[in-house]
Amino acid sequence: MRSRLLSPWPDRRAERTLGAVSLLIGVAVIAMIAFVAVQAWPTLSHNAGIAWLGSGGKLERQVEAMNNAGTAPSAAAYHLRAWPLVYGTLLTTVLAVGFGLIIAILSSIFIVELAHDRLRSIAVPVIRLLASVPSVVYGLLGILVLVPFVGNHIITSSEKAKHAGELQLTGQGLLVTVVILTLMVTPIMVALICQALQSVPNAWREGAIALGVNPVRAILAVTLRAARPAIVAAAVLATARALGESIMVAMVSGGVSFAPRPSDGFAAIFEPLRTLASFIVSFQEGTGATALKSSLYAFALLLLFSALVLSIGGYLIKLPLRRHQVKG
Amino acid sequence: MSVYARERPVTAGPGRRSSPLSWRWVDRLVLALAWAVGIGLCLVTGAIVIYMGVRGVQYLRPGLLFSRPAFGTTQNESGGFLDPIAGTGILTAIGICLALPLAVASALWVAEYGRPSWLARVVESSIEVVAGTPDIVFALFGLALFQTHLFAPFSFTSSGGGVFGRSFFAAGAMMSLIALPPIFVATRDGLEAIPVHVREAAFALGKTRIATIRRVLLPTVRSNIATGATLGVSRIIGDTAIVVLLLGSTLRLESQGSVPGIDVLRGTGSTLTSYVFDNSPAGEGAAPEKAYAAAFVLLLCVLVLNLALARIGRSSSEETGLTVAQGIV
Repeated sequence: MRSRLLSPWPDRRAERTLGAVSLLIGVAVIAMIAFVAVQAWPTLSHNAGIAWLGSGGKLERQVEAMNNAGTAPSAAAYHLRAWPLVYGTLLTTVLAVGFGLIIAILSSIFIVELAHDRLRSIAVPVIRLLASVPSVVYGLLGILVLVPFVGNHIITSSEKAKHAGELQLTGQGLLVTVVILTLMVTPIMVALICQALQSVPNAWREGAIALGVNPVRAILAVTLRAARPAIVAAAVLATARALGESIMVAMVSGGVSFAPRPSDGFAAIFEPLRTLASFIVSFQEGTGATALKSSLYAFALLLLFSALVLSIGGYLIKLPLRRHQVKG
Repeated sequence: MSVYARERPVTAGPGRRSSPLSWRWVDRLVLALAWAVGIGLCLVTGAIVIYMGVRGVQYLRPGLLFSRPAFGTTQNESGGFLDPIAGTGILTAIGICLALPLAVASALWVAEYGRPSWLARVVESSIEVVAGTPDIVFALFGLALFQTHLFAPFSFTSSGGGVFGRSFFAAGAMMSLIALPPIFVATRDGLEAIPVHVREAAFALGKTRIATIRRVLLPTVRSNIATGATLGVSRIIGDTAIVVLLLGSTLRLESQGSVPGIDVLRGTGSTLTSYVFDNSPAGEGAAPEKAYAAAFVLLLCVLVLNLALARIGRSSSEETGLTVAQGIV
């Protein structure tokens, strides 16, 4: 047996072994979907499929009812209307990716087209470092530096007084969450957009400049236009990252299942919120209560489903990219 | 984000450039914004690193690195973070040991065999799904997986026989999923960058495919694998959600069972990231000084890994002329 393993392998056996190992990854993905779906099933079935995504009632009360029901919940205990969480997730993701996209496009133009070699050799590793800072460090900086700053200096006392009966505006909330989330997703987009800008043939830029436009116009009209699919792909990837960010959001968004009300006007950006992922982190101790545990898995299933949709979307977007031989 | 030495566009010549003052205001605005945002982003990174550095020097004492966490009400009594550092090390080791063979083997199979082709595509898209899945979902999956009776021996069990599904082994297994995509992508891209005639030369000498892989291709993509593994390690070190859910909230290493070595893997503990989380105002400890010190150590690890990454990239492009895939962040 030992000599059989040590002697040079026949090609066929090697192929089968490697193939079997690769298939393990596919099995792991299917197992993940199956496990999460099975655990989420009670919540889905007791809330008529996707009704739990809707609004209605106070989420805090529902969670309390789930906790009180313990390990043998009745059908009523599964009642869940998680709209504040879905809304919080969408709000933070859209805002962070929106701002991040603008910043990423501008800084990619800076890195690829404007900066001199010396400046670029500083900027590239620095932005790469920004991408690899762990999310808990961002969260720590957010809760110890940004939150007190916003709470003490930016929120006016009249805004605090207006909310006094309902919730405390401490600085934890939408503004700080979006600022840090933007900082976290921007480097990912910069990496992808830079790659695409670099692979646009130089002759295209030169052609535009030869026609008499200035360099910035050439960048906007030719280079960026050619890199458009990569920009969308970058936004898709950043969306996936922002949707799933849990620890940082749990630290800086304020522990209230509140949804910022646009009707509050400007003060809405200081209001606390929770996202699907941060809810899971905050209530991870609650897995003893069967109904709450099932709800957490339902949120995970929703996140998993959006990740799947996004990766399929990303694949479809990259198709025209490949046709034009522009690497993305 | 690989940057090649590229020819400067023709606009670089001093005599040919029109003065920005004569441009349309939109173009001038874009030019100014691009400079401002690009430099601003670098300054923000610099500010983060310098702030963490100042806080780290302020609060990090050598004693903290070598003392174990203790129960205490004030920050002077609550001990250091020896156990979290050990936890990070153990978790990284488990994660990489599981992910490296899996990722390299599947990259080899996809790039070199890949028959039938639909199966190869299934493997590639599963990797993409794994890459896009949030870590919190992996954590919940791990919790469900290791609470089943099949995997119960691997996880922390209460004296009453309740299975918590929490252990170093459970967390390490999920960590390997996080480290998988960068290693796979780096290895596959490296293999695809090797010209076909290299393989043909080996085949012409009568080598089988697997012999070619072992003697020719694997040595060539070694630096790519190193790049992927380094990216994987920095992901594992930086991950918090999996640790918080799958390793429990005990700061000390709590071992389980009596077999030395295995007992730690079956037990629970903490890592630097969960230590920071627990000691931040969001956690239970509320010891910001300790949190800053641990976060500083964490950031140092990330910095070292980044430097290593740059080093691997430089040396490999000098040796072989192949560009190392650093696209995955």
